[in-house]
Amino acid sequence: MADDNNGPRIGVYVCHCGGNISEVVDVDQVRDFAGELDNVVLSKDNTHMCSDIGQQLILDDIKEHNIDKVIVAACSPQFQGETFMDVLEKAGLSPYVVRMANLREQCAWPHFNHPDLATQKAKVLVNGAVANVRNSEALERQSMTIGKKVLVIGGGIAGIQASLDLGDAGFEVYLVEKDPSIGGHMAQLSRTFPTEDCSACILSPKMADVPANENINLLTYTEIDDIEGYIGNFKVTATKKARYVDMDKCVACGDCEKVCPISVPDEFQEGLRNHPAIYAPFDFAVPHRNLIDDTLCVRCGNCVDACKEDAINLDDEPEQIEFTVDTIIVATGYDVFDPSEKKVYGYGKYKNVITAMEMERMIVAGAEGNPIRNPGKKIAFVQCVGSRDEQIGREYCSRVCCMYATKMASLLKHSGPHRDVYIFYTDLRAFGKGFEEYYKRAQNMGVKFIRGRVAEALADDPEGRVTLKVEDTLTRRIIESDFDTVVLSTGIGLSKSTDKVADMLRLAKSEDGFLKEAHPKFKPVDTNIEGVFLAGTVQGPKDIPDTVAQASAASSRAIRLMNRGEYPIEPIVAFAHEEMCDGCELCVAACPLNAISMAEGKAEVNDALCLGCGSCLSSCPTDALDLHMYTNTQMLDEVTNALKDKKEGETRILVFADDTCTYRLADSVGTAKMSYATDSVIIRVPSGSRVTPKLMLQSLALGADGIFIGECEDRTSPFPHSGEAIRENFDAVTRILEEEGVSPERIRFVSFVTVMLGGFVNNVDSLVRLAKDLGPIPEDKREALVKDLNAKLFGVRTQA
Amino acid sequence: MKIKKLDLSEENVEFLVKISDLSGETVTLCEQCGTCSGSCPMVSEMDITPSQMVRMVQLGESEVMDTKAMWLCASCFTCTVRCPRGLDLSKIAEALRQITLRKAVDYIDIRDLSKDEMKRLPQIALISAMRKFTG
Amino acid sequence: MKVPYYPGCTLKTKAANFETSALAVAERLGIELVELPRWNCCGTVYSLADDDLIHHVAAVRNLIRVQEMNAQGLVDDEYRLVTLCSMCFNTLKQANVRMSENPEDLEKINDLMYLEDDYEGRVEVKHLLELVDELGFDKVEEQVKNPLEGLRIAPYYGCMLLRPTEVGIDDPEDPQIQTRMLEALGAEKIENPYRKVCCGSYQTVQDKKVVSNLAYDILTHARNAGADAISLSCPLCAFNLDSRQREIKEDHPSFREIPVFYFTQLMAMAFGLSEDYCGFDLNYIDPEPLLSAKGIIGGSNGE
Repeated sequence: MADDNNGPRIGVYVCHCGGNISEVVDVDQVRDFAGELDNVVLSKDNTHMCSDIGQQLILDDIKEHNIDKVIVAACSPQFQGETFMDVLEKAGLSPYVVRMANLREQCAWPHFNHPDLATQKAKVLVNGAVANVRNSEALERQSMTIGKKVLVIGGGIAGIQASLDLGDAGFEVYLVEKDPSIGGHMAQLSRTFPTEDCSACILSPKMADVPANENINLLTYTEIDDIEGYIGNFKVTATKKARYVDMDKCVACGDCEKVCPISVPDEFQEGLRNHPAIYAPFDFAVPHRNLIDDTLCVRCGNCVDACKEDAINLDDEPEQIEFTVDTIIVATGYDVFDPSEKKVYGYGKYKNVITAMEMERMIVAGAEGNPIRNPGKKIAFVQCVGSRDEQIGREYCSRVCCMYATKMASLLKHSGPHRDVYIFYTDLRAFGKGFEEYYKRAQNMGVKFIRGRVAEALADDPEGRVTLKVEDTLTRRIIESDFDTVVLSTGIGLSKSTDKVADMLRLAKSEDGFLKEAHPKFKPVDTNIEGVFLAGTVQGPKDIPDTVAQASAASSRAIRLMNRGEYPIEPIVAFAHEEMCDGCELCVAACPLNAISMAEGKAEVNDALCLGCGSCLSSCPTDALDLHMYTNTQMLDEVTNALKDKKEGETRILVFADDTCTYRLADSVGTAKMSYATDSVIIRVPSGSRVTPKLMLQSLALGADGIFIGECEDRTSPFPHSGEAIRENFDAVTRILEEEGVSPERIRFVSFVTVMLGGFVNNVDSLVRLAKDLGPIPEDKREALVKDLNAKLFGVRTQA
Repeated sequence: MKIKKLDLSEENVEFLVKISDLSGETVTLCEQCGTCSGSCPMVSEMDITPSQMVRMVQLGESEVMDTKAMWLCASCFTCTVRCPRGLDLSKIAEALRQITLRKAVDYIDIRDLSKDEMKRLPQIALISAMRKFTG
Repeated sequence: MKVPYYPGCTLKTKAANFETSALAVAERLGIELVELPRWNCCGTVYSLADDDLIHHVAAVRNLIRVQEMNAQGLVDDEYRLVTLCSMCFNTLKQANVRMSENPEDLEKINDLMYLEDDYEGRVEVKHLLELVDELGFDKVEEQVKNPLEGLRIAPYYGCMLLRPTEVGIDDPEDPQIQTRMLEALGAEKIENPYRKVCCGSYQTVQDKKVVSNLAYDILTHARNAGADAISLSCPLCAFNLDSRQREIKEDHPSFREIPVFYFTQLMAMAFGLSEDYCGFDLNYIDPEPLLSAKGIIGGSNGE
C-alpha cells in the first residue's frame, strides 16, 4: 500500500451490494488491486456501503487514517452520489472529493455472463476513478444572495394568479402586460367548462385584486424592450406606451367615445363590434380607464373638448422605465390558430364560417340581451382546426377545444332548445375533472356528437348556408349537409409576442413550438435558464384550472429560490486559469449563454450564468479555460488510467457519457441486464461537449481504439447547443485523423434519449467490432496525432 | 348480412405488412378520422369508404380485396393533401389494385366498350384506365 | 425565348385545339414552344406502387430528350420542359420529383435504359400556366385586344395541376392562378368552390354514369355560382365535363349546357387571334352562341 505523506490520502471502498456486485465481480481482487494504486492509503470492502455501517466505516477512516479523498466502488452515482457527498461533509471534508466507480449498473449487471472480464473491467473503472479524484478540488457547496423581486410577463389568468400568490407571500412583483388591460383571453370567454361559471364574473374579482395588492406594481400597456443579466440580477427595460389619458383623472364615463369620429373593429369583441380611437378596453377592464390608440387617432380634439375631467392630453409621450428583479415568470400565453390558413374550411370567404372565439363573444352578447347576430337553427362545430394536423405542421392536441365546443353547444342548446347543434370530432377528449360528466350532460341535452373530421366546407353563395362534407366514421355514412353557422374549433399555439421574450431570455422551445420546461416530469415550470419560470399556456395548451395550478407552481418555485435570501448553486462551472489566459477572447463567442466576458484582458466566467456544460473549453488554445469537477488534469488522468493496463491484442473504447441522458441510459441498460462489449469504459461528463478535440486525440494517442460520445438529443438536453458544439469538435478531430491516416470511423457521436436502450448497446458493440476490425492504431500514428496538437487545432489563429 | 367475427391472426398481420411495403405507407398511422372519405369524389359509388378500406388493411382483413373501393379510386390525391396524419391513400389503393393485377387478373376488358365510346374517349382516358385496371 | 415542349398523345388528336391555341398565344407572348424530338407517351398516370420503377422509364426518357435538345442547340440552356396537358404535367413531374429525391431509384432507372444517356436530374417540369405566371400576367394583359368583358367564367383545375402538394402549381385548397389569368383577359371573376373537385378522371372508361354524375355536380355548382362557361387545362377533364354533358342531358333533361374552354382558347380570343386557332369544332358544347351573345366574336373588334 503506497503511503505518500505529501500527496492526497485516498480511501477506496468496494461494495458487494448484497451480492449484486460480488456475485459477478471478484470483490477481493478489486479491493487488493485498488490498494496498490498510488495515493491509496487503504482499501476495504463491505456488503452494503450505503448502509449506516458502511457510512460509519468511511467516517471512522477519515478520522483515524486522515483519509482526505474517497472512492466508493458501488452502484451508480445517480443513486447514492448524494449520500456519500453528505458523509464527507459530515466528516468536515469537501463533498466534492468523493467519486463513485459504477460497478453495479455499468459492470456487474451488463457483464454478468463474463465474471472474469467484469472483474478486469471493475479494476479499470476503479483505476480511472482514483485518477480522477486524486486531483479533485476541495470545492465547497456554494450559494448566491438573492432579493425578493419578481417580474411577471403577461397579465392573463396565469400572470394574475402568479402575481397574486407572490404579492400575498410578501414578494415585490412587477406585472407587465402589453395590452391596456389585464385579463387575457379568459376575459373574452362566455363561460368556463365544465362548471359553466360566467368567465367574466369569476375573473373580474381576481383582476381587481391586482392593483389592490400593495406588493404588485401593475404595468399595463407596457412592452418589455430588453432583459439582461441572470438570476438575482435581471435588468429589465420596458416602455409604457402613451395612453393620452390621465389615469388619475379619467372616470371612464364614456363622453369622449361619443364624439370620436373613428370606428374600427374591436379586437376584444373579435371584430364583431367596433370601437372608437378613444375607448375603454372592456366593461370590467383593469385599469378601467380610457385610452387613445395613437395608430387610429386623427388628432381632431373632439374628445379633449368633451372631457369634463380634463383628463386627455394629446401630447402624452411613451415612458421608458428600468428596474431589476431576481426571478422572472413568463406567462405570455397563446394565440388562437388563424383558420384562414386552413383554406379547406373557407374562413374569411364564407360569412357563416366563424371561429370559436367569435362564437364566445356572440354568446356573451346574446346573454347580455344585445345580440350581435343570430347563429341560426342548425349549427356545426368543426373540431381539430389547427390541431393534430400534419398538413399545417401542428401535430399536437390543443386540449381545450373538445370541452369548449361541448360548452358552447350546451349553452346554445340551453338558450335555444329548438336548435340542432352538432359537434364533428376526431376523438373526444374529456380527460379532466368533471369533463366526462359534462360531455354526458351535453349528450343528454341533445347535442349531437359525430365522430368524423370535417373534410371540407363549401358554399355557392358566400353569404349563404355552408355545406359540410364529413364521414360519420361510426356508421361509414357520408354526411353532406347544410348549416346556418359553422364554428371552427380553432386550436392554440404559442403567442407571437412570446418570441421576443424567449429570445431575450434565451429560452428553449419544444418541438410543438411552445416554451420548453426544464424537465417534463420533475421540473415542469422551470426553464433551461435558472430563475426563469413558465406559467400557463406558454408551456403548452392547457385549460384554466391547469393554468392556475401551474401559475401557483411557478410562483412557488420562484419563492423557493428567493425566500431564504440565498440559494445553493452547483460549483460545476467553468473557470479560467488566469496565468494561462492570453486574452484571445475566442471563448467569449463560444459560450451561447454569454457567461464569459473579458476583465482586464483575461477571461472571466459568470458563475450565475454558466450551466457547466464545458463546451467553451474546446475554444481555448492555451488550456486556460477549465471546468470544476471535470478539470483538464482530472479528465486526462482518468483517461490515462482507464487505458493504462490495456495489453497487446486487447481492444478498448472510451464512452464519454453525458450525465443527463447517456450515463443514465447506460445505467438503465445495466438494470435491464442487457449486455454489451466489456471492451468499453464509460466516463461520466456533464455534457458530450466537455470532451475537447484535444482530449479525444489524447485518448487515441494513449491507446483508446475508439471514442464514443453520447449526448442528449437537443430537445431534452439542458444544454440545447451541445449537439452543435460536439459536431464542431468532431469536424476538427476528423480533419486531423484524416491528415494522419487514422480512420475517422473510430470516433462516433450519437444523440440519445434515455429510453434508447437497444441503441446504446448496438452503438457500443458496433464501435468495438469496428475497432477490432481496424486493429490498434500504430504507435507512430498515435504519436503523430498529438504532435504539435495546438498548432493543428488552432493553426489558423497562430498564423493570423 | 351477419356480423362476422374477426380473428387477429398472423395472416392478418402479414397482409398489413404486404400492403404497407407495396404502398410505402405506414398504414398503422391512420387514426380513422374520415377526412379521406369526406373528401373522396367517388365515395358515393363505393361499397366501403376509403377510411374503411384503410381500417380493413390495418386489421389485415384480406376481404378488402373483394370490395370495389380501390377500383373506384380516381387517383385524384384529394385525400392525400388532406390526411392529417400525412398518409397517401392513393398509394394504398394502388397497392390493393396491384395485388390483383399482378396475378394477371384484369379489372376491365377494353373490348367491352362500345364503338361509340371507343371513338369518343380521348387517348389519355384509355391509357390511364388500362394502366390502372389491367396488368 | 425557346422552351422545350412536351405535347403528349391527346394534344395531337382530340385536343388538337388546345395545342394550336396554345402555340399561337405562346408565340404572342414571345415564347417559342419547341416540340421534343422523339417524344414518347409519358404513361398518363404516375405509378404509385413503391416497388414499381419500370413504369417511370417512359417519363424519364422524355426528360432525357430535354438534355439532348440542349446538347443539339435546339434550345439554349433551357431545362424547363413545358406541358399543356395536366395529366402529362403531373406524371412527368411526379417522376422527376421521385428521381431527384431518390438517387438510388435514378441509378436503377438509368441502368434500365442502357441505350440512353443518363438522366442528370436537371429538368424542371412546368405547366404553361406556370410559365406564363413567371412571365407575368401583365404581359398577358398587354396582348389583350379583345377583352372577354361580360364573360363569366368559372376556372376549373381538377386534380393534376394541384395535387399532390409537391407537384401542384398552386395552393391545392385555394388555387388562384387561373383567376389571375382570367382577370388579365378581362373576364368576370367567378368563385367556384368546386374548381378543385375531381371530375372522375379515367373512371369515365369503366362507368360513364359515375363520371357524368360528378360532372353534373361540378357544372351545376359552377352555374349556381354564376358561371357562363368553364376554363380548364386537361383534355380528360375537358372530355368529362364537356362531352359527358350528353350523358348528363339523358339523366337531367332540364340541365342547361355549359361550354368548356381550354384556357388557351380564351387567351386566343382575347388576344384577337383568328378563330381558326381555337378549333371550336372539337368542343362538344358549341361555345360560339355564348361568345356571339357576349359580343366576343362576330363583333367589330375581332381580327
